[in-house]
Amino acid sequence: MTPAIEINQVHKYFGAVTALEGIDLEINPGEFFALLGPNGAGKTTLIHILAGLTLASSGSARVMGHDVVADYREARRLLGVVPQELVFDPFFTVRETLVIQSGYYGLKKNDSWIDEIIHHLDLADKANTNMRALSGGMKRRVLVAQALVHKPPVIVLDEPTAGVDVELRQALWRFIKQLNRDGHTIVLTTHYLDEAEALCNRVAMLKQGKVVALDSTQNLINSISGASVRLRLSPDTLPAALQPLLTSHDEGYYVLTVKEYSEIEDVLAALRRAQVQVLEMQLLQPDLEEVFVKIMGSTESQEAA
Amino acid sequence: MTGFYTLFHKELLRFWKVSFQTVLAPVLTTLLYLLIFSHVLEDHVQAYPGVAYTVFLIPGLVMMAVLQNAFANSSSSLIQSRVTGNIVFVLLSPLSYREIFLAYVLASVARGLVVGMGVYLVTLGFFEVPLRSFPWVLLFTLLGSALLGALGVIAGIWAEKFDQLAAFQNFIILPLTFLSGVFYSIHSLPPFWQSLSHFNPFFYMIDGFRYGFFGVSDVSPYFSFAIVVTCFLAVSWLTLKMLKTGYKLRH
Repeated sequence: MTPAIEINQVHKYFGAVTALEGIDLEINPGEFFALLGPNGAGKTTLIHILAGLTLASSGSARVMGHDVVADYREARRLLGVVPQELVFDPFFTVRETLVIQSGYYGLKKNDSWIDEIIHHLDLADKANTNMRALSGGMKRRVLVAQALVHKPPVIVLDEPTAGVDVELRQALWRFIKQLNRDGHTIVLTTHYLDEAEALCNRVAMLKQGKVVALDSTQNLINSISGASVRLRLSPDTLPAALQPLLTSHDEGYYVLTVKEYSEIEDVLAALRRAQVQVLEMQLLQPDLEEVFVKIMGSTESQEAA
Repeated sequence: MTGFYTLFHKELLRFWKVSFQTVLAPVLTTLLYLLIFSHVLEDHVQAYPGVAYTVFLIPGLVMMAVLQNAFANSSSSLIQSRVTGNIVFVLLSPLSYREIFLAYVLASVARGLVVGMGVYLVTLGFFEVPLRSFPWVLLFTLLGSALLGALGVIAGIWAEKFDQLAAFQNFIILPLTFLSGVFYSIHSLPPFWQSLSHFNPFFYMIDGFRYGFFGVSDVSPYFSFAIVVTCFLAVSWLTLKMLKTGYKLRH
């Protein structure tokens, strides 16, 4: 099976600055893939290389088997990119913008699909409004719509929910999930890790131009061993026997980390023995954010060493 | 073809939607030039024997309007798209660099033609301007506006900011147009300036264009044609090369 996206040893230098350092990545058709990393990790540069907005210094990238440089016309036809910047052409209305964008892809009679996108992105009321007159959130919707006019099998969204209200975020993800179910490959970057965790089946984490983690979302979360429990106690003192498990203590809440859930029983037993009463108890599940913090932190300490 | 045609059409709409600024304003400015220069110089200057100065001036001013507006169209469209970032929609699309080139250049030609026609038609209401050879007129209009349209693409890509584009316009395009013989026949110049004028490609565009009206010119229209075609090919080659390599567009 031809991968939806194939990136081979991509390096990118901007003068003396290394933006990407030997990226290898393969994303299969139908995946919902997250590209995560702190600002400046190289996510957008990588997306720009896929889209042909930036040329790689070395290495190659393919979309559905088509090289983004040698076979750029086919590669771009198969790719829809929602850029991060809120850009628009102030000369046109929403519908005109979408008709023009369709035309760039060689599509003349695209009205029924344009209507459908407009409907799904809740743009119907604004279809004949000039782009200038739209709010930021509305402009963001149009950007998404523009990336979809040619029904690309591979859709890349670069921080589509940055500065977007809850309603649009939900509507947007509903639509994108629908597209994913219909067979479109989705790649997204976001700083909202709960979004990535809820939506994506596979995750790559980038740091300083390198892939530092690449696995299924579930495997990454499972890699965090153990569980945490958050307690509020009366009296507000932690028995000495439990001190080794303490990972944080903040405003009357103690967070204890255990290797396995069964150890929670021992914790409760120890509390009972010390005649400490549990006022509140919360089990903390490891999540993608924890993995992210751990991976970003650990590579840092490796570099320091 | 649809992709190219869409971009071309969009570029036409872009200036047509603001035609007050992009068509009417330059027509008015050119007519003001005509009014003032003809008023001041009519009795003092005769460029060609038997041709009134005002009538001599008209084709030059028409061509100047054509050239300046052709340049303004592609260059301002590109710099605006780049500064606001919406150039990304063209760059993300499968449009080839040749299609992008053709669309921008042809839209420039269209704007040049519309403005030039506007100036010409208004002056026809007041003056009798002979028209010896329409093919020459058309040929030089098309070539001149295409050349300036391509130059506009180069300037629009090269300039990072609006003031750099303004510098390109004010320090290169404007002096070359003003010193090209729009307002005078170069035969009236001292020998040094006369020979210097022969190095100005704009001179050949104006001179050849004027030949179409009067059947008289400073140099042979065939020679002018050869020079303008050569310039157009050279500038087009450079423009295509810039677009192909993604110079300042694809980093």
